[in-house]
Amino acid sequence: MSMDTSNITVTSGQSCMPPVQEGDTRMLLTGNHAVAYGAMLARPQVVPIYPITPQTPIAEKISDLQLSGEFDVDLMTAESEHSAMCACVTASLTGVRVFTATASQGLLLMHEMLHYAAGARAPIVMAEVNRTLGSPWGFWPDQSDSLSQRDTSWIQYYCESGQESLDTVIQAFKVAEQVNLPAMVVHEAFYISHALEPVVVPSQERVDRYLPPFNPEHRLDPLINESWGAVVNQDMYYRHRKELTESMALVAERSIQADAEYQELFGRSYGIIERYRMDDADLAIVGFGAMCGTSRVAVDALRAAGLQVGLLKIKLFNPFPTEHVRAAIAGIPKLMVIERNVSPGIGGVLAQTLKANLYGMKDAPTVHSYLAGVGGLNVPSRLIEELAKKAMADEPVAESLWQR
Amino acid sequence: MIDQLKYEIEEKPVFCSGHNACPGCGEALAIRYILNTMGSNTIAVIPPSCIAIISGHQPYSSMRIPTYQTTLEASAASATGMKRSLIRQGRGDVNILVIAGDGGTYDIGIQSLSGAAERNEDMVYVCLDNEGYMNTGSQKSGSTPYLASTSSTPGGKPTEKKDIAEIMAAHRVPYVATATIGYPDDLARKVAKARDMKGMRFIVCLTPCLAGWGIPDDAAVRVSRLAVETGFFPLYEVEDGEHYTINRGHTGLPVERYLETQRRFKHLDPDQIATLQGQVEHKWALLQARTKLECEPHPEYLTR
Repeated sequence: MSMDTSNITVTSGQSCMPPVQEGDTRMLLTGNHAVAYGAMLARPQVVPIYPITPQTPIAEKISDLQLSGEFDVDLMTAESEHSAMCACVTASLTGVRVFTATASQGLLLMHEMLHYAAGARAPIVMAEVNRTLGSPWGFWPDQSDSLSQRDTSWIQYYCESGQESLDTVIQAFKVAEQVNLPAMVVHEAFYISHALEPVVVPSQERVDRYLPPFNPEHRLDPLINESWGAVVNQDMYYRHRKELTESMALVAERSIQADAEYQELFGRSYGIIERYRMDDADLAIVGFGAMCGTSRVAVDALRAAGLQVGLLKIKLFNPFPTEHVRAAIAGIPKLMVIERNVSPGIGGVLAQTLKANLYGMKDAPTVHSYLAGVGGLNVPSRLIEELAKKAMADEPVAESLWQR
Repeated sequence: MIDQLKYEIEEKPVFCSGHNACPGCGEALAIRYILNTMGSNTIAVIPPSCIAIISGHQPYSSMRIPTYQTTLEASAASATGMKRSLIRQGRGDVNILVIAGDGGTYDIGIQSLSGAAERNEDMVYVCLDNEGYMNTGSQKSGSTPYLASTSSTPGGKPTEKKDIAEIMAAHRVPYVATATIGYPDDLARKVAKARDMKGMRFIVCLTPCLAGWGIPDDAAVRVSRLAVETGFFPLYEVEDGEHYTINRGHTGLPVERYLETQRRFKHLDPDQIATLQGQVEHKWALLQARTKLECEPHPEYLTR
């Protein structure tokens, strides 16, 4: 990889700027362009892709990097997201590393093949840019698209910055290829996808040390003569799904390990969950994605006002890291989930999932669920502060409450 | 240049006996000539269809090559990812063969097929055309002929069969051919020709279905020959979307000789048979006209 670094000032020691190591490049990138660099550094050999707002800058950047010769990749311009995912599955099963990206309706069109990819144990990594689902049409940040695919057996990581998305794409390949499951790296439309921030693009040499070439033991090859996909009997299907579930159960620990190795090589770490000012908290805000950045500001303000409030960020949403979350909230009496999605009839998907995972926990906290920012509405830190005060005063109710 | 009338079939042992096809199945015969011509350096992509049944259930296989069973609409896209992956690994010599039914080709699979054709993806795509969803109990597909009775059009299909060969030729892909099991030398020659070419090669092979068409278990070959001789299904090739060669076609035999062999056409009255005869004559004339179209290539236009 060659990058023009002449106009980039590298300054270390600024707390607001990510640290830079030798060989790294600091660039001003949108979240989506950061994802494209992350994908390039992971060296996928085939990228089947189809354009959709707000994913397109990822596809465009990859095309530019390919044209300039920086990214040696076969970019397949598919005629639909469905076909893009079909090609991802077979390219992976035939033995190469595969990356793609989509959003919203595109993800839904892929739905059938998402299940197929996981069933085929294809460790594809896909960036997913959260966008509202039609109808009616909208282009706004809303997590309902990726959350509606929770049950497709894909690993799901939610990111809150371009830097985190870049780093997570690289980490996701590491985890996916260890457990033979596909992984989705999710960030929200515009708040992350189109917002410019300083991003450290790590050196190719170091990424190569972190991520070994993909060389699967099983693959479609006339010299090996193994097949995939034929009809199985009930017993085989049962065992297949059980094995898939057992692999999924490894993801949390493998993700922690991949993140720790990343920290060692690159100096950045995220964890599968993050505790922010959780000590002695009377209330923990629980969220994922871009909401976490705003929530940190709210937590700081609440703490300054003398209220004991912390933030628990859920980065790994599927598989849900039950034990880690339970340990992180132990002793805290109240949780407040604030999320930018809704499943009508259910409420907030994170709240629903969280409550299910607290079942049977001794002294489990109560959960207050707020639907804020659905449809891409802005959620200022002031609103989060108000909701936190409300949650601290109110008795919990079963349903998710609409808030703006 | 292979003499199309004196082609000697060369079979490699890829397709095994003991498969799951119905006794007398036309499709099993087609698969034999296709696989045994393609050879062992091949991966087959198979969507849900009778072919998926014939290829066998886990852990058995009637095919001595790797097979990948994909979803019904996804064959061409699945083949695409496979071939591109192999090329990236320096293994572009491996043949990618799609064997799909007409439902997976004419109907639900046409988007991914059209996309792959537009990109001129490197594969041999064979559609085994039994003119309906025979694997699920003989429902109508886009390939079912006008007036044919199926379980979803018991009174006869009210619309015409799609012309998939013309649709594919309109993509200007390197090779399009029609074939049928009644002429195995013609079928095997076309598969061999397609195998040795590059880009999208498409063959639609008429394969009578005993149960779906209502014919005896020794009739598949005879009925498929009648389809050709009555002009119902002429055998021809199209190269680069414009160079037409007719291999076999209408011999003047009335279409009734073909229709009367099959239960799916038993309900037709003389007027309907006359309509079908007219349709056959018109399409046969159109096809012959296409072979006579001559157009000098423009010097600035490079074909693939």
